[in-house]
Amino acid sequence: MRIGSPKETYAADESLFRTRTQWVWFGILLLSLVLYPFMANLYWLYLVCLICINIISATGLNILTGYTGQVSLGQAAFMGVGAYTVAWLDNNASTPFIMNLLAAGAVTTVVGIIAGLPSLRVKGLYLAIATIAASFILQFIFINWESVTRGTRGINIEPPTLFGVEFDNPDTFYWLVVPVTVVMLILAANLFRTRVGRAFIAIRDRDISASVLGINLPLYKLMSFAIASFYAGIAGGFYAYFYGSINPESFPLLLSIFFLAAIIVGGLGTILGSILGAVFMTLTPELLRYGVDVLEPFVHDASALLSPVRTMVFGLLIVGFLLFEPHGLAEIWRRIRRFFHLWPFRN
Amino acid sequence: MTILEVDGFSLSFGGVHALRDVSLTVAEGSITAVIGPNGAGKTSLFNSISGFYRPQKGRVTLSGQDVTRVPAPRRAAMGLGRTFQNIALFRGMTVMDNVKLGAHVRMRTGPMSAMFYMGRARREEVRVRAEIEREVFDFLEIDHIRRSPVASLPYGLQKRVELARALAMRPKVLMLDEPVAGMNREEKEDMARFILDVKEQWGVTVLMVEHDMGMVMDISDRVYVLNFGQRIAGGTPAEVQANPEVIEAYLGADDMTTLRERLRGERGAA
Ligand SMILES: Nc1ncnc2c1ncn2[C@@H]1O[C@H](COP(=O)(O)OP(=O)(O)OP(=O)(O)O)[C@@H](O)[C@H]1O
Ligand SMILES: [Mg+2]
Repeated sequence: MRIGSPKETYAADESLFRTRTQWVWFGILLLSLVLYPFMANLYWLYLVCLICINIISATGLNILTGYTGQVSLGQAAFMGVGAYTVAWLDNNASTPFIMNLLAAGAVTTVVGIIAGLPSLRVKGLYLAIATIAASFILQFIFINWESVTRGTRGINIEPPTLFGVEFDNPDTFYWLVVPVTVVMLILAANLFRTRVGRAFIAIRDRDISASVLGINLPLYKLMSFAIASFYAGIAGGFYAYFYGSINPESFPLLLSIFFLAAIIVGGLGTILGSILGAVFMTLTPELLRYGVDVLEPFVHDASALLSPVRTMVFGLLIVGFLLFEPHGLAEIWRRIRRFFHLWPFRN
Repeated sequence: MTILEVDGFSLSFGGVHALRDVSLTVAEGSITAVIGPNGAGKTSLFNSISGFYRPQKGRVTLSGQDVTRVPAPRRAAMGLGRTFQNIALFRGMTVMDNVKLGAHVRMRTGPMSAMFYMGRARREEVRVRAEIEREVFDFLEIDHIRRSPVASLPYGLQKRVELARALAMRPKVLMLDEPVAGMNREEKEDMARFILDVKEQWGVTVLMVEHDMGMVMDISDRVYVLNFGQRIAGGTPAEVQANPEVIEAYLGADDMTTLRERLRGERGAA
C-alpha cells in the first residue's frame, strides 16, 4: 500500500486542468471574457485586443525560447511577414479573411524555418545574433520589395468581414481576436502534454541526453521555429487587420526585444508566463503614459520623456526579473496561490 | 549470437589517446562488463558506441548492421539505450515526463495532432503511460514518485529513474555507465537485482561499466578490461580475475584499491 497518490488519479494526470477547481476557474475566466465587452469602454477594449495579439506572439516565442531554449530576436520581423501577407492578399486577392490569416501563418512558418536554419549549427548568443540578422534582412525586404510592400509608404488593409459583420472597431474586433487567442493558448498547452513538447524541453535542458533518447535535434529545433513563427504570423495578421495599415517601421527590432522581455518577465517555459508577460508589458507603457499625463502640468515637456523612459523601464524590468525572479510573474502567481491555499493555517 | 560488436576503435583528443584499437563483442542476452582504472577510456568507449564521439578508426555493428556512420538519435531508435555516469535526467521535469521521454522513439505523434490533442495523440499518450506504469514503474518500484520533480529525489532514486527512462525505450542493448556508483549497500543490491531481471525477464542485453568489482564478478557473463585506452583482457569473470596483467593494471593505479583486495570478499566499496 502506498500513500498519497492513488491509482484513480492517473487519468487526471493527463488532463489539461487537474482539479475541478481549475475547471471552475477556467469557466469563470471564459465567462468574464464574454461579459467584458459589455462593461468596458472602447479604450479598454482596444487594450485587450492589443494584449491578445501580443499574447499570441509571446506564446510562440515562449515555445521557441522558453521551452526549446533557442533564443530568438526575430519574432517582430516574423510578425511583419504575417502582416504583409495579409496586406498583400487583402489588396490583391478577394480571399476571405480567415484564409488570409491562415496564409499569414503558413508563409511565416516557411520563413521561420529558413530563419531557424542557423540553429542547427549555433546556439545561445550566436543564434540570437543570427536571428537579428534575419530580422534585418526581412526589414530590408519590407522596405525594398515595393511591388508587394509599397516600401516606406506603407500599405492599407480593409477591416475583416465575416457573415456581413465588419470588424472595424475594438468592440467588434474583440470577438475575433479573443476566441482565437484562447484557442491558440490551448493548442500551445496541448503541445506540452505530448512527445513533441517533451522533446522541446529535452533539447533545452540537455541536448546530449535528448539525442541519446532518439530525439532528432535538427528536426525538432526547426519544428519549434516553425510553430513560433506560425504564432507570429497569426499575430502579425491580426496586427495588420487591427491597425488597418502597416509599414516597415511597424516591426522594429525593439518589438522583438519587447516580446523577449514579455516572456522573461512573465516566465520562460510556461504558458501562463506568456499571458502574464504580454499583459504586463502591454499595460506598463499605458501606465507610464498615465503617469506622464499626471506630471504634464509640473514637469516641462514630460511627454517627450515618454519614449526613452519606456525603453529604460523595459530594460530595468528585464534585468530586475532576471536577477530577482528568473521564473517570472508565473512563479509569483504560484506563490500567491499556494499562500491562499494554506492561508488560514499558515504560520 | 553477437548483438553489438566494436571493431578496432581508436579515439584521441589532441594528444590524449582515450581508446587504442579497442575491440569487443557483446552476446545477445548477456551481461557484459567493461572495467578499468579511472581514465581508462570506459566512458569514451560508451560515447563512441552511442555515437557522441567519432572514433578516428574502427567500426561498430548493432544487430548485424554497421552503424559507424549513423548519428546518435538513429542508433537510439535502433534499440541502443543508455544511462550516464553522472545522471543526465531532466531535472525540472517530473519522473513521469522523464520516463515518457524514454518512450519518444516508440511514439508517432506529430506537432499538428499534438496541438489538437485528439484521437491518436491522446490515445498514444494514454497507452504509453499505461505501459510505463505497468512495465517500468511497478518493476523498478518507483510508482510513488511518478509526479515528483527529479531534482527533489535522492541520488539513488535518480539513478533508478534514469534506468527507468532507458527501459521505457524498450532497448535491445542497454548500456549502463556506473549504475551503482555512489550508492549504499542496500541500493546496490537492489540495482544488481534489477539489472539481472532486465536481462532475464526483459531479455535485454546489458553492457555496463562499473567499478564495483563484487557486483561485476557476480552478475556478468563476460568482462573486458581497459587500461590507458587499451583492452588488456577479456573473458569470463573467473578468467579475468586470474589474469596477471589485470591485477597489475589495478596495482599500478595509485588512486584505486587493488583489484586483489577487492576480489577478496570486501564487496561494495566504491
Ligand atoms: N571530451 C573529451 N575531451 C578531451 N579528453 C577527453 C574527453 N573525454 C574523455 N577524455 C579523456 O580520455 C581519457 C579517458 O576518459 P574516460 O572518461 O573515458 O575514462 P573512464 O574510464 O570513463 O574513467 P572513470 O572511471 O573516471 O569514469 C581521459 O584521459 C580523459 O581525460
Ligand atoms: Mg567514466
